[in-house]
Amino acid sequence: MGVGESNKLGKVPEKSPLAHHSEAAINALDDAGLELSDVDALFTAGWSTLDVAEYLGIQPRYTDSTSVGGSSFVIHVAHALAAIAAGYCEVALITHGQSGRSDRAPIPRNPGTPMAQYEVPYGIIGPPVSYAMAARRYMHQYGEDRTRQAMAEIAVSTRKWANLNPMAYFYDKPTTFDDYHNSKWVAWPFHLLDCCLVTDAGAAIVITTPERARNAKNGSVKILGAGEGHDHSGISQMPDLTSAFGRHTGPQALEMAGVSHSDLDLAMIYDSFTYTALVSLENLGFCEPGEGPDFVASQRTAPGGDFPMNTNGGGLSYTHPGMYGIFTVVEAARQLRGQAGERQLEDCNLAVAHGTGGLLSSTGTVVLGTD
Amino acid sequence: MTNPTPKPQPIPQPESDHYWEGLKNEEIWLQRSKATGKFQFYPRNFSISDPETGEDGIEWVQASGNAELFTFAIVHVAPHMGFVGDVPYITALVQLEEDVIVPTNIVGVTPEPESLQIGMALKPVFEHDPDGQTLLKFTPA
Repeated sequence: MGVGESNKLGKVPEKSPLAHHSEAAINALDDAGLELSDVDALFTAGWSTLDVAEYLGIQPRYTDSTSVGGSSFVIHVAHALAAIAAGYCEVALITHGQSGRSDRAPIPRNPGTPMAQYEVPYGIIGPPVSYAMAARRYMHQYGEDRTRQAMAEIAVSTRKWANLNPMAYFYDKPTTFDDYHNSKWVAWPFHLLDCCLVTDAGAAIVITTPERARNAKNGSVKILGAGEGHDHSGISQMPDLTSAFGRHTGPQALEMAGVSHSDLDLAMIYDSFTYTALVSLENLGFCEPGEGPDFVASQRTAPGGDFPMNTNGGGLSYTHPGMYGIFTVVEAARQLRGQAGERQLEDCNLAVAHGTGGLLSSTGTVVLGTD
Repeated sequence: MTNPTPKPQPIPQPESDHYWEGLKNEEIWLQRSKATGKFQFYPRNFSISDPETGEDGIEWVQASGNAELFTFAIVHVAPHMGFVGDVPYITALVQLEEDVIVPTNIVGVTPEPESLQIGMALKPVFEHDPDGQTLLKFTPA
C-alpha cells in the first residue's frame, strides 16, 4: 500500500480540488514505487471517477464512485480489496481532493431529498447543527458534565498530537482546557474547538496485490479486515442518536482480522467533532455505551497516553477538507511503517481506521497490520 | 439589510403534498400503516413497517400536535446565508405523541440551554409563508 497527501494542506486557494486529487495520486504512487500508467482501478467520492480519471489521463478497467460522506474512502479500501481478490484489477488508486476552504465552485445540494424538504427549511443544515443535536441527546442520557469533560479531553489531546505533526494546521498552536472552554459557541453544545477544521487538502492510497506490494519502496501494510454500512441520511431519521453504524462495522472488521480490541496499537477515529470520536469509541466496542467519558479521561488518548488516538492531529487539528476519512488510513499506514516522525508510536503493529460520513450516517472500518 | 439571501424552501413531492397542504390549514397529517398501526415520518409511497402492501397499506391520520422535546441545539454560526439574521436560533428534534420524530425549531423561548429541558411538553406553531409552504415549529405547551 502506498499513501500520500497533496503537497500543501490548509488554505490553498491556488489549487483546484482536482489538483489536490492529482498531486496526492502521484505522491501515493511514488510512495508505492508505481506510476499512473500502472493504475487499472479508480475509486473516489465527492467527484465522479469519470472526472478524476479524465483529469489524471487514465483509463481504469474498474471504477467505483461510492459517495456516502467522509467515510467513503475507508469503504473504498474494502471495495478495492474485494475487487483485487476477485481478479478485476491489480493496482487500485483511491483519490480524494477537496477545497473546503477555497472552493470556487462548491457542489450544490440536491433540493429533492427528504433532508432538503424536512430539515433544511428549519436551518438544520450542515454537520455542526446535526451532530450537536446528537451530542445533546447523549448528554441527556449519560450526563451533561461528564460528556462535556470528555469532549474537552478529546479536543485537547488531539491537538497535542497536532503539535507533533508539521503538516498539521495546529502544529504551532498549543491548546489548553481553558482555550477549549473559552472558545465561541458554533452550535451549542459545540464550542469552536469541538469542531473539525475546514481546509483545502487531498490524499490518495494505492492498494495492490501482495506480489506487486513487494516493490513498494517505502514498505507496505496489510489490510486485515473491513466493514461498511449506513442506517440513515438526515439526522432526524437516525435510529439512535448515541449509536452510529460502527456498532456493526467495528466488530465485523475486527472479527475478519481475527483480532480483539486489546490487540490494537493505534485507533484512527474520524473526529468531525469531539462527539464523533467519543461515540465512535463506544460503537466500535472499545467500551460500553455511556462509558466513553471514563475511557478518554485524564488525557489517555494524548501523546504518552496508553490509548493513542488520531496521532496526526485528526480532523480537529491536522486537516479536514470536508470528507476526511482517507486521512485516517494514510496515518495508520505511516505509523505501521514506522514513518510518522516525531509522533511515531513504539511497536505499532496493528491499527484500526474508522470513518464516519454524512450526519453520523455511514461508517467504514478497516483493520491494518504491518506487512 | 437589503436583498437578504432567501431561506431554502421545501419542495413538496407527490407523496408529501398532503402533509404540506395540511400544514397550511394548521393540521398535522401523518401516515399510518393499516396493518401495524405504526406512524411514519416523513411521508413515503409505502409503509416502512409493512412494505409489501405498497400504497394500499397506508392511511393518513391527523396528529394531535402534542409533542415532547427529544433533543436540540442552539445555532450561533449560521450554516446558510438565509439564516444569518436568525442566530442564535434553536433547532430541535421533537417526538410527537404518535411516536415519530420531527425536525423543527423551538420558538417563543430565549435561545439559551437553560430555557429548554429534554422531555418538556410542546405544542405546534404554524409559520405561514404566503408565497410558499407553512413550516411546523413548536413552543412550550
